[in-house]
Amino acid sequence: MRMAEIYSIGQKIEIGSYTFDAERIIDFATQFDPQFFHIDPKAAKESLFGGLCASGWHSCSAWMKTFVAFWSAETARLQLQGLSAPKLGPSPGFKNLQWLRPVFAGDTVRYSVTLLSSRELTSREGWILNTILCEGENQDGVPVIRFESSVLEFA
Amino acid sequence: MADETLTFEDFTVGRSFALGPKAVKSDEIIAFAMEFDPQPMHLDEEAGRNSILGGLAASGWHTSSMFMRMMFDSYLSKALSEGSPGIDVMDWRKPVLAGDTLSGRSLVIDARLMRSRPGIGIVKFRHEVENQRGEIVCFGENSIMFRARPSGESAA
Repeated sequence: MRMAEIYSIGQKIEIGSYTFDAERIIDFATQFDPQFFHIDPKAAKESLFGGLCASGWHSCSAWMKTFVAFWSAETARLQLQGLSAPKLGPSPGFKNLQWLRPVFAGDTVRYSVTLLSSRELTSREGWILNTILCEGENQDGVPVIRFESSVLEFA
Repeated sequence: MADETLTFEDFTVGRSFALGPKAVKSDEIIAFAMEFDPQPMHLDEEAGRNSILGGLAASGWHTSSMFMRMMFDSYLSKALSEGSPGIDVMDWRKPVLAGDTLSGRSLVIDARLMRSRPGIGIVKFRHEVENQRGEIVCFGENSIMFRARPSGESAA
């Protein structure tokens, strides 16, 4: 089956959540983004953010983590129904990524995907390019991240 | 060389900051993928070779995170950065494989003071990350906020 046969365009699908405890925030940032507001709770209070918050790349990577787990469960669900899951390939990238609000230590972000478009590539037989809207909101329902990602699919 | 702190005024249009080099090791690729993107082509050499990526390949988010670290090491660590509102575009143009060495540049393409946030300027960059063969593997454009010097002080 193809993505566009399983999900309606515009249908928002919850994919899972991730809790950004201080230890995870600091671990990620120490490796990849050691700006003081991501690694030093005290100093972070003096930043525009106002407190220790996750690297934006951490909130992106956590989206990926929840998506991979969601997709594995979806594949199993479809197989139980006797259906074959779409074969997804690598992503060529993303656009319009907004870190709307800081993700603070202790926040839990619930992620979702919405299929925006799906088209066959004229340049490559059997390849489909899907665009999905990826969003996350915190435990208070406040949107913290959104971006549009491209996902290849092989028919 | 004296410590140099970069403020908004230092990010003039046309200025370029060198990124890297950063050697990409297979254990780093696998560790990131186990935590955030556990797909076979990011976890296993043979699965990577059999995928369209052609080898053990970094998750795109890992590539972006390594790019972030290269920005930090190059200029953000010395700058009065106040974070970024987002990424306009990021293309993962070629696979980043175990054994690759990444380098690149961040070019300032726009800079202006923010009306909504006094004392803060916003700088737009075009970023290019390339491998050891000079092939661009990751391209991006985004804006980063920096504190301006207090008025009365001029750029060095």
